[in-house]
Amino acid sequence: MIVFELFLDCVLLSFVAFGGATALLPELHRVVVSHHHWLDDTTFTQLYAIAQAAPGPNVLVVTLIGWKVAGLSGALAATLGMCLPMSVLIYLLVDRWERFSGRRWQQAISLGVAPLAVGLVFSGATLIAQAADFRLGAWGVALVTTVLSLRYQALHPLWLIAAGGLLGLSSWL
Amino acid sequence: MTSGSESSPSLNALFWGFSSVGLSGFGGVLPFARRMLVEERQWMTAADFNAQLGICQFLPGPNVVNLAVVVGKRYQGLPGAIVAPLGLLTGPVLIVLLLALLYDRYGGLPQAQGLLRGIAAVGCGLLFAMAWRMGMAIRQKPLFWPFTGLTVIAIALLRWPMPLVMIAGLLLAGGVAYWTLGRK
Repeated sequence: MIVFELFLDCVLLSFVAFGGATALLPELHRVVVSHHHWLDDTTFTQLYAIAQAAPGPNVLVVTLIGWKVAGLSGALAATLGMCLPMSVLIYLLVDRWERFSGRRWQQAISLGVAPLAVGLVFSGATLIAQAADFRLGAWGVALVTTVLSLRYQALHPLWLIAAGGLLGLSSWL
Repeated sequence: MTSGSESSPSLNALFWGFSSVGLSGFGGVLPFARRMLVEERQWMTAADFNAQLGICQFLPGPNVVNLAVVVGKRYQGLPGAIVAPLGLLTGPVLIVLLLALLYDRYGGLPQAQGLLRGIAAVGCGLLFAMAWRMGMAIRQKPLFWPFTGLTVIAIALLRWPMPLVMIAGLLLAGGVAYWTLGRK
């Protein structure tokens, strides 16, 4: 029944996933690691790293977590649970969007949710650092990445990921 | 809806078009979706794209999956709304599952551990950069940044459940936004 529970957890999360799957990292960790003890800290951060290094939408980290928790059916259940509810809702609502777009309450939600999403992404970053038990070298890499990524917007993140991987391979971190 | 039926992409085209989007992006594929839809295949104009993106970013959930549903529905109805997100996700899911198999097999090796540590460190930095960029894009910062701080305290420090934090946060921050919108 772990697959069913995983599916339901993801359905619930999809309703608050403002800012996409990236904003969900802290909650994924809370549910999967702290609450259910399905994964440990190290596995969680390693799955996050794999998702970073693979092509595709950010939601894939959910696929990986599902797979690690309950195999192939877990991967499918988690991905579907995350994508299906909003897909159905948007299918039903899209033709009516014109009618509520631009309304005061719609703008208020868009404005109000933005600062929360920033907080979620920031929390996700601190949580990865904590769960991966960063030492000085890893903090250095994270800091340099932050600066480079902000400074050179055109720089493809894949280069940074490759550089980080190489540094890690040489066991500097 | 300006396009005639002869210029509507087929189910096949939707599947492969969104496959190419899914496979080309790392850490978010939305810019690639725009490039494919507006520039390469010209299924929609830039203004059209922005209008459709509105609802995708308004509703929670993976934005680009939402976008695939919207575009698929627009050109091929229900079948399109199913096929487009499937195209987006199938390739990347297969790749990530392949990586998962490798991880199961070799993840315990010290080299793999080191590699993933390095990537996690970079990933953490990318998240900080993303948060910074998103934070800078917020309007009326003195008014709304405190809500960012409260979210970090509730989520990262207190580890409260996110659904509750989001509902409370939306009522507070959305309420403030509603009030400022009325003052104009």
